[in-house]
Amino acid sequence: MLELEIDGKALQVKEGSTVIDAAHQAGIYIPHFCYHKKLSIAANCRMCLVQVEKAPKPLPACATPVTNGMKVFTHSDLAIKAQKGVMEFLLINHPLDCPICDQGGECQLQDLAVGYGSSSSRYQEEKRVVVNKNLGPLISTDMTRCINCTRCVRFTQEIAGEMELGQAFRGDRAEIMPFIEKTVDSELSGNIIDLCPVGALTAKPFRFAARTWELARRKSISPHDGLGGNLVVQVKHDKVLRVLPLENEHLNECWLSDKDRFSYEGLNSPDRLTKPLIKQGGAWKEVEWNQALDYVAHAMRDIVKEHGPDAVGAIVSPHGTLEEMYLAGKLMRGLGSDNIDCRLRQSDFSGRRAGTPWLGMKIAEINKLDRVLVVCSFLRKDHPLIAQRLRQAVKRGAQVSVIHAADEDLLMKLAGKIIAAPSQLPDRLAQITKAVAELKGATCDLSVAVGAEARKIAESLVSGQNAAILLGNLAQQHARASTLNALTQQLAGYLGGRFGFLGEAANSVGGYVAKAVPAGDGLDASRMLTEPRKAYLVIGAEPELDCADGVRATNALTRADSVIVLSPFKSAAALAYADAILPVAPFAETSGSFVNTEGRVQSFQAVNRPLGETRPGWKVLRVLGNLLKLDGFDFASSEAVRDEALGGGAGKPEFAGDLDNIIADVAIDLSPGGGIERVADVPIYFADALVRRAPSLQKTKDAVTPAARMNAATLAKFGVKAGEQLKVSGGGTPATLVAALDVGLPDDCLRLAAGHATTAAVGAMSGAMTVEKA
Amino acid sequence: MALIEAINPLLSAGWGKGDAGWGIGEYEQRGGYQALKRILTEKIAPEQVIAEIKASVLRGRGGAGFPTGLKWSFMPKGSGEKYVVCNTDEGEPGTFKDRDILRYDPHAVIEGMIIAGYSVGAARGYNYIHGEIFEIYDRFEQALAEARATGYLGGNILGSGFDFELFAHHGWGAYICGEESALLESIEGKKGQPRFKPPFPASFGLYGKPTTINNTETFASIPFVLRIGGEAYLNLGKPNNGGTKLFSVSGHVNKPGNYEVPMGTPFATLLEMAGGMRGGRKLKAVIPGGSSSPVLPANIIMDCTLDYDSIAKAGSMLGSGAVIVMDESVCMVKALDRLSYFYYEESCGQCTPCREGTGWLYKIVHRIEHGQGRAEDLDLLLDVGANICGRTICALGDAAVMPIQGMLRHFRAEFEYHVEHRKCLVPAELQKAGSTFHTRMMAGAPC
Ligand SMILES: Cc1cc2nc3c(=O)[nH]c(=O)nc-3n(C[C@H](O)[C@H](O)[C@H](O)COP(=O)(O)O)c2cc1C
Ligand code: SF4
Ligand code: SF4
Ligand code: FES
Repeated sequence: MLELEIDGKALQVKEGSTVIDAAHQAGIYIPHFCYHKKLSIAANCRMCLVQVEKAPKPLPACATPVTNGMKVFTHSDLAIKAQKGVMEFLLINHPLDCPICDQGGECQLQDLAVGYGSSSSRYQEEKRVVVNKNLGPLISTDMTRCINCTRCVRFTQEIAGEMELGQAFRGDRAEIMPFIEKTVDSELSGNIIDLCPVGALTAKPFRFAARTWELARRKSISPHDGLGGNLVVQVKHDKVLRVLPLENEHLNECWLSDKDRFSYEGLNSPDRLTKPLIKQGGAWKEVEWNQALDYVAHAMRDIVKEHGPDAVGAIVSPHGTLEEMYLAGKLMRGLGSDNIDCRLRQSDFSGRRAGTPWLGMKIAEINKLDRVLVVCSFLRKDHPLIAQRLRQAVKRGAQVSVIHAADEDLLMKLAGKIIAAPSQLPDRLAQITKAVAELKGATCDLSVAVGAEARKIAESLVSGQNAAILLGNLAQQHARASTLNALTQQLAGYLGGRFGFLGEAANSVGGYVAKAVPAGDGLDASRMLTEPRKAYLVIGAEPELDCADGVRATNALTRADSVIVLSPFKSAAALAYADAILPVAPFAETSGSFVNTEGRVQSFQAVNRPLGETRPGWKVLRVLGNLLKLDGFDFASSEAVRDEALGGGAGKPEFAGDLDNIIADVAIDLSPGGGIERVADVPIYFADALVRRAPSLQKTKDAVTPAARMNAATLAKFGVKAGEQLKVSGGGTPATLVAALDVGLPDDCLRLAAGHATTAAVGAMSGAMTVEKA
Repeated sequence: MALIEAINPLLSAGWGKGDAGWGIGEYEQRGGYQALKRILTEKIAPEQVIAEIKASVLRGRGGAGFPTGLKWSFMPKGSGEKYVVCNTDEGEPGTFKDRDILRYDPHAVIEGMIIAGYSVGAARGYNYIHGEIFEIYDRFEQALAEARATGYLGGNILGSGFDFELFAHHGWGAYICGEESALLESIEGKKGQPRFKPPFPASFGLYGKPTTINNTETFASIPFVLRIGGEAYLNLGKPNNGGTKLFSVSGHVNKPGNYEVPMGTPFATLLEMAGGMRGGRKLKAVIPGGSSSPVLPANIIMDCTLDYDSIAKAGSMLGSGAVIVMDESVCMVKALDRLSYFYYEESCGQCTPCREGTGWLYKIVHRIEHGQGRAEDLDLLLDVGANICGRTICALGDAAVMPIQGMLRHFRAEFEYHVEHRKCLVPAELQKAGSTFHTRMMAGAPC
């Protein structure tokens, strides 16, 4: 510990602290622009100059290490003169156009200028003008306002992993710009808006929508990936206008992925339902809630009466709240059916689970891992901020290896990499497992020949102290997901490390907790569709896009006697297969809870009034339960539902119980596949109903229409060139798609994104494909 | 004109033959590589080499005059990746000595760098050469090839077990890349922008590894220091200012060029060596140490000797030894206009006071020069300058301000006249008589 004095206040700080760290600790504010606790020190703005005893010149607090016995003065004449001098320099070329600037009211420059600026300018020359840049559909620029603090540059380089912005030119001609003709395409790009201390970078979707002081700020939780990012949702006149991160070191830190930040636009989609709809005589009609609920209760009761409870199945979105999931399960079981599932993109349900599969560790513990194997994950796009944590771990010396069906640039250094066709991945993972066993001197009954790359990965894994294996979305969606799970379990055993699942959706873990999965012999998500039911309850999901086999889902739903959809949105598909569509609230308009991938239970309140006659899902299900005369549906609040769902008394535990990744009774299948195999990613902005309706995200490069991607050898096999048309089918209707070259794919693989209308009719997310020249 | 006029030539001993004297054979005949051979064959301990250099009080010739032996001793002991880097960026207006060292005596630099590598435990070196002097870059490459062929560079040099490899790297002409940490960034392939210090290069240098960086002339002096011995070298100059130094004399003299003189030589002697004042006009002022050093009026500089201490006492800096001589035909406002433009143009743009301030300063000076000055401008210049000085990441900020402070200290009346009368105090005809000055200074080249 070091002792110092700041403005007469004595304190002790950790070795290696800077003066600004120490000041923060003492609760003393030092003005600053370029400094940011999560970024490297640039010391370029010079706003933080302070006086240090014995130093002849003022020193930048952000870059000056504390030394023992140091005396710092942040408000002495010398310090104030230096700070005022810097402020004057910052303002001479600044347009001072606050009245028309979106940052007005939340601008650090504006705030500090009030304290340190002078009311008139000694600078009478012409001001600099900087041409704006096109950074893409999410970020708007007013580069004349830029103060060249390089926070945005350092963010792209250090946090997002790719230097998509740089400072070009010198002196007062210096400009922040993307590489020539490029936009900023990172899935984390929106954070530079928050980082920019002035109005140079602002949110395009929010541009001129409101002044910051007109907005109500409410806390919420992101409904997208398994991270459970904490949000500040900003609302004006019952419309969500902006989403910002709510800092939480355990989860999103001070960041948000662009999905979490900009998907709110989907809340204002024209697809939003405002009244219940029922189909009568083939025509849709808007009806009152009591009429709609009566209809639904009757329909369900009739089917159960006529065909038995097993004829009903519930397909539940893993992005829904714990409360909705729990009540859906309770409703189904009240009717006598155990057919409920939220694991919609999973296709292999074999084996016996001991508990709720989860990350296997706290999210924050990822930063401390020193050896990691990521199994089958489109990591950057599926889990942007977990990828970011791994990136930081790698910078500190962690070794990360991947085994995957596509060679994705994770923007971090990899220790080893195996890229193989989906059907060969179990064999490759077995090789790594066997190699680790050998290195550890353990006996291993897997009969595989260990290849050089598997050995390299194994050597990396055994060389650390704190290893973990993370199973990505593709591992969970794989046709032999249980084999991958069981092998990983075996591998982690040899390693003495942990393993877990990167939760695909906001409530992937919550779905198990809420029993939105079969508790006994009920049908899982796959069997509910291969063995069609007479009636379906579809909650929050769009099965044609959200299921492992959209074609099968559409067929089953179309053939059913009754399909009841609870969703905030209407869609052409639902209008075709459903007979009742009830408008239920999206996350922003209901209270509820998500259990994130580390098992953390996070409850939230509605930030906004439900649109039109939309109602919170848990309330709709409660009324349905009552109408069906089921027991135990008298909940006074969503909190009461949650408490029952969590199986405990009143009050929210921090973490859900019963988290366990162990799987038993798996028949390990290492056989190679054949033919052309599909590799299906779910692109970041196609993953759920809300984000699919967010217009700005849909304009990004990550949301381009899927192409049929193959490596050069595979393209040649079909005699097609990139850009030509291809006819592709996987059991469904053949689709005509554009062929594209993807050098990161193994031979005989066709990468075709799921979650998009153009590929929905093609067939299952995994398995054999037929390809021909169109 | 002679390539070099020198009292007691050490550094420039081989320059007399012009382009015929740079090769390795000629260099060896002059006693070249003897210091290196002695160190390696007699296995003189690195600490002993550094002690010798400390004794010589050789001070860095790049501008700051930091004692070289002391700098080398800051390098961490023990093995591990370390680097030696030579700074031949030479962008300071008025300075043109390093290019001539490389042109006429590249092996002196190579030998100096190998010895440095040996002394600080580095196995690799780079020489960063200013981007606008390609022929010198080519020559240095040729000299490197000779040294490799002869076995002075590479693995196991002269059977000693010591390995050292040296590479040339050319910049693209940015002045800021002469600032040592910007230079390191530039070698790493990044935009040449200075790093915040500390950490200094000796702990966090090239690629984050301990690095010793010196000026070309500093390295070129090393073999001589070791040949004649530290004390003898010190005695060539005066206490605290060891040895001889090259001075690049430009401006209104009859024989501009590089001159090697012992430290402590009277300025008057150097002026005489440079052929005295051109056209018999009167000496008005001298910028003694490159464009960033404050100007000294004739009466002051004529009483100075050429060494760090004497020039500092007079209120300026010996700097890189670029002596810019101005006669009575020079309008100081115009001269400052040109100097301020240079710093405005060359600021890297990284830190606020320099990025914004250099442009502001230039605009004010430019306005005065063009008859648009205001009464408050001179105080504004000093105040804006004070807000830059000592508040920036690197010394370029100070370098931009010092010429202004010097000019206003000694020639304020000329500036006031300009503001008031919207024209020069120096009559137009007189300015015309000496008019080659500005073009010469811009080019920074000897005749
Ligand atoms: C703006 C700026 C430009 C500089 N340009 C040069 C240069 O061209 N050559 C040089 O040797 N040193 C230059 N320096 C000084 C170097 O940073 C450094 O002090 C020097 O190379 C150290 O070598 P020495 O100890 O041998 O003098 C410059 C410094 C600044 C601030
Ligand atoms: S755009 Fe904003 S964050 Fe980026 S350098 Fe300029 S002021 Fe800083
Ligand atoms: S003082 Fe000027 S040249 Fe040096 S770092 Fe700052 S802006 Fe760049
Ligand atoms: S905050 Fe310290 S220099 Fe910018």
